[in-house]
Amino acid sequence: MLLFILKRLAQSVAVMLVVALIAFSLFRYVGDPIDSMVGQDTTLQQREQLRERLGLNDPFFVQYARFIGHAVQGDFGLSYRLRQPVDSLLAQRFPATFELSLVSAIMALVIGVPMGVYTALNRRGILSRGFMTLSLIGISLPTFLIGILLILLFGVILRWLPTFGRGDVVHIGWWTTGFLTASGLKSLIMPAITLAIFQMTLIVRLIRAEMLEVLRTDYVKFARARGLKARTINFRIALKNTLVPVMTIIGLQIGSIIAFAIITESVFQWPGMGLLFIQAIENVDIPVMAAYLMLIAFIFVVINLTVDILYFVVDPRLRVQR
Amino acid sequence: MSEVEAAAEAETIGWRSRLADSDLFYAFTHSPVAIGSAVVTAVILLAALFAPFVAPHDPFDLASIDLMNSLLPPAWMDGGSWAFPLGTDDQGRDVFSTILYGARISLLVGFLSVILAMVIGVVVGLVSGYAGGLVDSILMRVADVQLSFPAILIALLIDGVLRGIVPRDDYDQIAVYVLVLAIGSSFWVQYARTVRSSVMIERTKEYVQAGQVIGLPTTTILFRHIMPNVLGPVLVIATIQLALAIITEATLSFLGVGVPPTSPSLGTLIRIGNDYLFSGEWWITIFPGVALVVLVLAINLLGDWLRDALNPKLR
Amino acid sequence: MTILLDIDGLRVEFPSRRGDVVAAKSITLKLAAGEILGVVGESGAGKSTIGNAAMGLLERPGRVSAGTVTLEGQRIDNLGQEEMRRLRGAKISMIFQDPLTSLDPLRTIAEQLITTMRTHLPIDEAEARRRAIKLMDQVGIPDPERRIDHYPHQFSGGMRQRVVIALALCAEPDVIIADEPTTALDVSIQAQILDLLRSLVKESGAGMLIITHDMGVIAEIADRVAVMYRGEVVETGPTAKILGDPDHAYTRSLISAVPRPDVKLDRFPLVEHIESAGTRKSLDLKTHWLGQHRDYEAVEGPLLDVRDLKMIFQLGSLFGGGRQEVRAVDGVSFDIRPGETFGLVGESGSGKSTVARLVTGIYKPTAGEIRFAGTDLAKLGSRKALNRYRRQMQMIFQDPYSSVNPRMKVRDIVAEPIRFHKLAGSREEVRRIVDDLLDHVGLGARAAAKFPHEFSGGQRQRISIARALATRPRFLICDEPTSALDVSIQAQILNLLKDLQDELGLTMLFISHDLPVIRQMCDRVAVMRRGKIVETAATEDLFERPQDDYTRHLMALMPRMQRETPAAEMA
Repeated sequence: MLLFILKRLAQSVAVMLVVALIAFSLFRYVGDPIDSMVGQDTTLQQREQLRERLGLNDPFFVQYARFIGHAVQGDFGLSYRLRQPVDSLLAQRFPATFELSLVSAIMALVIGVPMGVYTALNRRGILSRGFMTLSLIGISLPTFLIGILLILLFGVILRWLPTFGRGDVVHIGWWTTGFLTASGLKSLIMPAITLAIFQMTLIVRLIRAEMLEVLRTDYVKFARARGLKARTINFRIALKNTLVPVMTIIGLQIGSIIAFAIITESVFQWPGMGLLFIQAIENVDIPVMAAYLMLIAFIFVVINLTVDILYFVVDPRLRVQR
Repeated sequence: MSEVEAAAEAETIGWRSRLADSDLFYAFTHSPVAIGSAVVTAVILLAALFAPFVAPHDPFDLASIDLMNSLLPPAWMDGGSWAFPLGTDDQGRDVFSTILYGARISLLVGFLSVILAMVIGVVVGLVSGYAGGLVDSILMRVADVQLSFPAILIALLIDGVLRGIVPRDDYDQIAVYVLVLAIGSSFWVQYARTVRSSVMIERTKEYVQAGQVIGLPTTTILFRHIMPNVLGPVLVIATIQLALAIITEATLSFLGVGVPPTSPSLGTLIRIGNDYLFSGEWWITIFPGVALVVLVLAINLLGDWLRDALNPKLR
Repeated sequence: MTILLDIDGLRVEFPSRRGDVVAAKSITLKLAAGEILGVVGESGAGKSTIGNAAMGLLERPGRVSAGTVTLEGQRIDNLGQEEMRRLRGAKISMIFQDPLTSLDPLRTIAEQLITTMRTHLPIDEAEARRRAIKLMDQVGIPDPERRIDHYPHQFSGGMRQRVVIALALCAEPDVIIADEPTTALDVSIQAQILDLLRSLVKESGAGMLIITHDMGVIAEIADRVAVMYRGEVVETGPTAKILGDPDHAYTRSLISAVPRPDVKLDRFPLVEHIESAGTRKSLDLKTHWLGQHRDYEAVEGPLLDVRDLKMIFQLGSLFGGGRQEVRAVDGVSFDIRPGETFGLVGESGSGKSTVARLVTGIYKPTAGEIRFAGTDLAKLGSRKALNRYRRQMQMIFQDPYSSVNPRMKVRDIVAEPIRFHKLAGSREEVRRIVDDLLDHVGLGARAAAKFPHEFSGGQRQRISIARALATRPRFLICDEPTSALDVSIQAQILNLLKDLQDELGLTMLFISHDLPVIRQMCDRVAVMRRGKIVETAATEDLFERPQDDYTRHLMALMPRMQRETPAAEMA
């Protein structure tokens, strides 16, 4: 098992290095970093001095290694646009994205898993068909359109909920939370629903498909032939076996969940990292883009490593080295 | 009639009766959902294709646009006019016509990117599944990495990079192709994985070995024998991904990194209209939104039905 | 004797859009306490349907449309789902075919046994565990105290089937339905499992319905037999009577189609009641394409000469540890003379199929020499030169469902080798040759315009044979050509192969795990075990005077179902 984890760890490091290479290339070769740092009236000589001081004349790999060295310490330089250190910019925005993602993920799981299981077990029921139709509509509704419709209904027509921003937040150390104020919670409702709908439809359809697959296996048929209670068969046998493939796919979907967070933040002007990223793109703010890219890759790698370790908890076949 | 002709005719009759007899055709004619969604998709497709003949106005003909007509509500509301059935936007363009032209762009990007993804994915899947070993490991690692960067992220990044390199006007020229490239290059993974796992099953089947025993070259075996046997799921993925590609394009255009407002897609129209949502001109954004959802829903229903019909175990 | 299970006039239908398919019509069976009743029939006879119907586990959309099922005096075919669930496992239980997929991979054997017991029996956890260990011991699993906490993947196939049996029996049912319980197992394990089942039934006084396609299994274990044919029971009686002196014509033809291990027959006697094979039109080979310009130089000595052949597979991923070698073929040598049929026999995993794939060039050998008609095939550089030899040897495969491409018409399947090797001039000629070939293997030229899925397993095997003949080969490799087929179809295909060999003067390498089939088909035989040949001899010598211990062991496992020997003691 240790060997497997180490192997995975090595792969993760490799992935990070490749992403770092992309991020570094962005940083170094898209536009001239010097142009973005100095004003129009700087002389060529001053530019050259700056270039030398920043090590931009060093060989590629030296620069790359230096970039990685800084990245490991969280140092991505200054944002071209905001003239602030990128790491502190991201740190400021992180709590907003984290709270939004957390609430929406919980909503998606709490509603999505039971719906998926129900539709798999009662394939022909009217309620299941209703759920499946709903999930199909959910897939067909682009996230940004869901946001717009929610804003139109609850923000513009009914005027119940705020249409943008995070509301009032409470500072706890460097962290800011919207959980502790009424306006913070109210502001969270629509963005969280918007983001949750995408994840929920994914979970419902995935669990249904995988569970139907498991319900057709011989061991489920044999369990029926032994007269086990439906509850035992459905939950202790079928659901547990369903979770193994579901975990992997969810792990691989982290990327799209992050992408959908960007959309949601953009629609609701939610002051998170996604919005920062969109703004960075509009202004060709390369250091922010590079840092965000690295952060996403890091989150992705960590989550997939966790999934791998969870495998060992769930699946005994992997625990034994044969 | 010669013997050959008779045999040839027997085979054509066979083809027709096989269609009528096939389970897929039967399932189609007995599924109102399938027929309904196929009809809706076909209507939108044709309307978009023949937009210049169907649309009441040409929204890009500056001569026919009159700013006096801007922000008119739909025809059935006060101040509306049947000349503009679904109202007009801020520049006085007929919303109904812009939707038709917009659907054209959306479908174009959708189809092109799905075709690109399909070609890349099927070839990678075939090679990866048949070759196995190191080639397979490398291709599948690439696929994993690709999978962690969804189309939207890739398109955003490409957009950000190109903005730094290419002047804005030139960028607008190539925007559609950039979109196709971004979406297509991130959608191939699903085909590759599906085709690969099917190929790995087909590869062990004895008809492949029979081909080897005859002495057929690997390319013949791969493309003539194996490929037709793994394309069933590809059709399903292509249908579902067409819907997904249209959504992705709309999303990117909505975020402002898609097609430029000079030749707007449905997503661009929604983005433009979104600014007028709060001032009450909801139709500019809602009608393109409805058109988008109806199109995507119809395609998704079709894909969903197709998957179940090709996979009778699931019924 | 008490009747445990009474099936009376049972009819099962599967509605479909092309009308109702009747899987079982008017089935009447009685199973007494302590009795083993065999239900035998070929595929599609409806034998599995009976088991599933009795268990209340018919798959959608199947339904019981007439008749009754009575279990210990209680009618059960009309019970509600919950009532039926209480009976399953406790009163009536079932053993499935494939032990590798019958167990939940994520839970230990203990958990699975204890859950099942406590569902039906009023006992606590500790008592259940105690009984579970005892049961594990009874079904012959060594070291049960430790093994019970293992997961299914830690057991071998045979051991897993013992676990499956323990699970089926743990709530002490009175009736056990075993659906092909040994089909997925090797012969030596099959014998052990049958012994176990028999002794368990006899000790407990339960009744067992054993469903199988294999007459050998019936002979081994059943007290009485019911023979099924197209959804009906055509004959029921004591095993010795059915095997020795059957009344019904179908039973007679079925038994005559079973290859006899004790004596070599020239051909299988005519088997009635089986799918019509179409009329086989023999060709005048002197004038026909198939017999013409067979441009092969004559060989002196063996046609195929294999020396010290080795094939080592490397398992495990390229990066990870746990890399291991599997010596699939480990120094095999044999030769085949022109015109003879050489048999290769062994259990699964012995490497016999790998030999076939090495000879035909599907795999590249790790070491060794393959000489065909005096030429070392490995030394042939160009693809073209190799293809000249490839054309001379063709192969017939095991699985008729996967050995023909389902997306190609039969015409194209058979024509492909002719076109590829440019063996005929015009399209017209190719078409005529294909028609003739299809006639020649008994399919009829009309088959050409159809797709493979319109044919049965036996007919597909004929397509496969026609394709193999289409290169005008002189050497034919048959890799388990009939092991996926019903016995009656097997008899037809083996007859066809014999006829073709006579007419075309083919040399054959015949690979099988089935000793009786080998005896009927081969002139000389090699016995393979773990990649090595343990004994090579003329067929009659091998069967009458086996020299090697392993050969003798295989011979002993051969199911004996001769007419004169009583199959089993009467219960």
